[in-house]
Amino acid sequence: MYAQSVLTALIAWPALAAGVVLGAPERWAKHLALAASFIEFAVSVPLWWVFQPAGGMQLQLDVPWIPNWGIHYAVGVDGISLFMILLTTFLVPLSILGSYNYITTRERAFYALMLVLTSGMIGVFVALDLFLFYVMWDVMLIPMYFIIGVWGGQNRLYAAIKFFIYTFFGSLLMLVAILTLVYLVAQRTGVYSFSYVNVMNNIGALGPVAFWLFGAFFLAFAIKVPMFPFHTWLPDAHVEAPTAGSVILAAVLLKMGTYGFLRFAVPFFPQVALHPAVQRAIVTLSLIGIVYGGLVAMVQPDFKKLIAYSSVAHLGFVVLGIWALTLQSVQGALMVMINHGISTGALFFLVGMLYERRHSRLIEAFGGLAKVVPLFAAVLTIVSLSSIGLPATNGFVGEFLVLLGAFRTYPVAAAVATTGVIVAAMYLLPALQRVIYNPLDQPENAHLADLSPRELAVLLPLVACIVWIGVYPTPFLRRMEPSAQRFIESVRPAAPAAAAR
Amino acid sequence: MSASALQLLWLVPALPLAGFVLNGALALWRPNAKAAVSTIGVGALVLAFAAATAAVAEFARLHQAAPLVFRYWEWMPVGDLRLDFALQFDQLSAVMALVVTGVGALIHLFSVGYMHEDAGYARYFAYLNLFVFFMLMLVLGASFPVMFVGWEGVGLCSYLLIGFWFTEQINADAGKKAFIVNRIGDSGFLIAMFLIFRATGALDFGPVFGRAQAVFPAAGTTITAVTLLLFLGCAGKSAQIPLYTWLPDAMQGPTPVSALIHAATMVTAGVYLVARCNVLFALSPLGSAAVAGVGALTALFAATIALKQWDIKRVLAYSTISQLGYMFLGVGTGAYAAGIFHLVTHAFFKALLFLGSGSVIQALHHAYHATHSHDDAQDMRNMGGLRRYLPWTATLMWIATLAIAGIPPLSGFFSKDAILGAAFALATAEPIWYVYWAMGVAAALLTAFYMTRLMLYTFHGPTRTGEQERQHLHEAPWVMTGPLLVLGLLSLSGGLLNLPELMGGGAFLHHWLEPVTALADRMRPAVELSRVVEWALLSGAVGVAALGIFGAVRLLKPEALLPARLAPPETGLGRLLWKKWYVDELYDAIIVRPLQWLAREVLWKSIDARLVDGLIVNGSATASRALGWLGSRLQTGEVGFYVVLFVVGVLLLVGGAVR
Repeated sequence: MYAQSVLTALIAWPALAAGVVLGAPERWAKHLALAASFIEFAVSVPLWWVFQPAGGMQLQLDVPWIPNWGIHYAVGVDGISLFMILLTTFLVPLSILGSYNYITTRERAFYALMLVLTSGMIGVFVALDLFLFYVMWDVMLIPMYFIIGVWGGQNRLYAAIKFFIYTFFGSLLMLVAILTLVYLVAQRTGVYSFSYVNVMNNIGALGPVAFWLFGAFFLAFAIKVPMFPFHTWLPDAHVEAPTAGSVILAAVLLKMGTYGFLRFAVPFFPQVALHPAVQRAIVTLSLIGIVYGGLVAMVQPDFKKLIAYSSVAHLGFVVLGIWALTLQSVQGALMVMINHGISTGALFFLVGMLYERRHSRLIEAFGGLAKVVPLFAAVLTIVSLSSIGLPATNGFVGEFLVLLGAFRTYPVAAAVATTGVIVAAMYLLPALQRVIYNPLDQPENAHLADLSPRELAVLLPLVACIVWIGVYPTPFLRRMEPSAQRFIESVRPAAPAAAAR
Repeated sequence: MSASALQLLWLVPALPLAGFVLNGALALWRPNAKAAVSTIGVGALVLAFAAATAAVAEFARLHQAAPLVFRYWEWMPVGDLRLDFALQFDQLSAVMALVVTGVGALIHLFSVGYMHEDAGYARYFAYLNLFVFFMLMLVLGASFPVMFVGWEGVGLCSYLLIGFWFTEQINADAGKKAFIVNRIGDSGFLIAMFLIFRATGALDFGPVFGRAQAVFPAAGTTITAVTLLLFLGCAGKSAQIPLYTWLPDAMQGPTPVSALIHAATMVTAGVYLVARCNVLFALSPLGSAAVAGVGALTALFAATIALKQWDIKRVLAYSTISQLGYMFLGVGTGAYAAGIFHLVTHAFFKALLFLGSGSVIQALHHAYHATHSHDDAQDMRNMGGLRRYLPWTATLMWIATLAIAGIPPLSGFFSKDAILGAAFALATAEPIWYVYWAMGVAAALLTAFYMTRLMLYTFHGPTRTGEQERQHLHEAPWVMTGPLLVLGLLSLSGGLLNLPELMGGGAFLHHWLEPVTALADRMRPAVELSRVVEWALLSGAVGVAALGIFGAVRLLKPEALLPARLAPPETGLGRLLWKKWYVDELYDAIIVRPLQWLAREVLWKSIDARLVDGLIVNGSATASRALGWLGSRLQTGEVGFYVVLFVVGVLLLVGGAVR
């Protein structure tokens, strides 16, 4: 019963709850949304145990949706999507709780959109039908557009439209590619089907057209990641979005890009994705992301922009790990995806809490806060350290595995990427210093309130994960290993140099 | 039953960790519960020292040749990577664990007196406990990554403690600089790990060292790269050229921190790493020569800077860099036991010197505080004649000074001589070592000189502290001088640990460490010197030390010195040394500022904002808007206009078809 329906429940429940939130009185909205999202999390938790690491794609449900066009409602979960689902359901309640004071207008709409967004995100991660995937991709796009555009900062409209056009451009390309792909496969099999499994099994050799199809998928996902040079929507979107929007955007939405690489772009077109020239280009872009993102983050006056550029760097590690195609690097990439969600999510919460107190995101507006708000300073320190990958925090586990694995395939690239750990210290520590250390020279900061119990409730689960994953990531690694292995094996024949180890 | 104390090895790091958790909680919620904080902070260290002693005693009884490995849980099991959270205990970890917990306990005790008035008392002890935890992970870790947890962890604590008084920007800056410079070294450590894993398929010390000879061709490119990259990590952590610049700035932290972290323990981690990886370094003559050469050069270079510093702690900081250079000269020469021996004796006398300077600084600080003076309590030009006010501190610091200068029979004499002797012996086979040896001897001369200078200016001659201030000068309380006394005894007698066979001693430490270095010793047998040469070297070393001390006494005129605010600026070579050869300025001009400029002006403002976002992204938006505008202009709604367009279009089509 649980096994068959849990994924569907996870998609449907938030959308239903959104309807309830819309119909309820305004002042109940946030409490209802929090309860709904917490139930969502509670429903998802047993997946941790129900999931069979060696079981491949599981908890599947496949029912015809538009049979004439070969469209099914097909969902399932493997060791790659499992953690994306859990990350989503874990962070949504925290985001809602973190919005309690931030969102003061049109609360019903805001919380309803957050819930619809949740449905879309889960849908993206569990969809095993290309059409369903495309629909879910757009379902999550629209609420985020409104969240940025309605509840965002001063320049919110520009940021929201930029976010929308960018992502929508990518998704249109993807739609064309999906349709072409289904058509090509149908020509071979005689059956029109959007089924992921069907496409995977019958894709065969596509010839030159594979290059263009890969290009379309790649572009859609690379924008989402975002990879350099498709990243400039991100700083704007992050800066303007309300805290919850920034958190979800960074923690979950960006991962859809790298998830798309793992699920679609690389397995569908391994000959293209792992063609030496393509490989070289993508690895180079990921290195640019790591170093360039870090260096640009270093000179940002706005804390949120700094975090946004740091995301470009972190996601660079993920892309490098995927393309290096060793077991360590791919699992490392998955760990970075999780860890970036936790650490960067926590950073956005913390900056949001500063903003709620001072209405400024500028680093120079602060200084000496450790004297005034020691608890806040302690949490910010721990989270920053995890973000720069201090060993025994979660950040280290992911980056270490990516680099260790990538070094086997691309020693030079991995060595260059390793300098990213220096750059990380160079962008985050000075910011940390200018916020919590240095003289307390601005009178407005002298009486800030330290973290409230509600804020602690948002942050402590994240801090706990930082330590847990840093010290004992084995339960995560064990659950993802067979799926990572399968991913590598499915594309390995196309990769002459990259022997999976 | 027999290995019971060793089964409890995990307690050694766990106790300070528990101390951190408890004191950290107190720091956030009960910062004024100072009695509880001291009990927890010092108690954790005393218990950890007791646990370490028990473990060492048990280990010695077992006569164990191979390291004992204790696996606690799987850390990163991925494919063929099997990485556990595991500790290992062998002769080398035993020495390090005793030094860390023993000297650590003394410094914790000293801190009770030194930091007692500080508002951040609980936070201080929390950080200090955390530091000891990470340091123990570093020396007890059974694999490179577990060691790296400690390696970066101690860096973190160093960062937190350098910037302990964070409301002054100079302190916070110094902490940040230490962290970032260390990270440069750490990137080398990381890449070395990747190379090692790629080559040996392992990261645990046992398999890596076991397979090293089979996997790495001796003197090959890979092993040389591995050793040089590891040494880059050492240069960061142990403040060697070119990454030493953070350590002098680290003196912004509380003085007991300088004693524990920036003299006795953390900064010796690099020496420990080379000694731990002796097999790897023995396989790479070039790597070893780089270690010894950089060490010798650093020993001499830092000693020159120490000659002209006025801040008492800065003199000691450069002295530490210089002495660390000696240790690297030792381990680079293949004299691993000698390097570790000097590490141990240095921990004793340098901790003593720092803590003693702490007593002096605190005495002056109290005096200045009482009289509301703003003079610098660390500038030796404001001191002088202090032996009358701090007799214990003066006496004990003289012991340490003679020890570091290398006067027999104090501890430093034996350890320094062991290193210089080994370098000279190797030089008979590899002549480049003559250069290293000569640099070491020159540095020894300077060491004796600058340390005597420090003592003369601080404790002798007339008192340059103001008239009123003098009445407030007094010796530190017993909780501070007690640890000094213990360290004084250790500085006196530390040589007994490893009395050379030349003098009829048993060379205990050397034989104790033999199981650890056996393989490397076989690969790179030590050259034996004749007894005559050894005695000649010994007497020469004593002569050099005596010359340095004598020269300082003759040349320096404490009575002619002016207080800092009256002192004229330095000129000529003195200025060059006082300004530390302008290396910080050089790094700033060729690395820091160009990088900032590149990031801000080129990458961000030009490429990101103008090119990618401005020209391409918003440019295409503008272009499409322009197209849209053009389209909308065409739809004027006037029939005549459409007719004209229609005709023009037809003409163009027809024209095209006709041609």
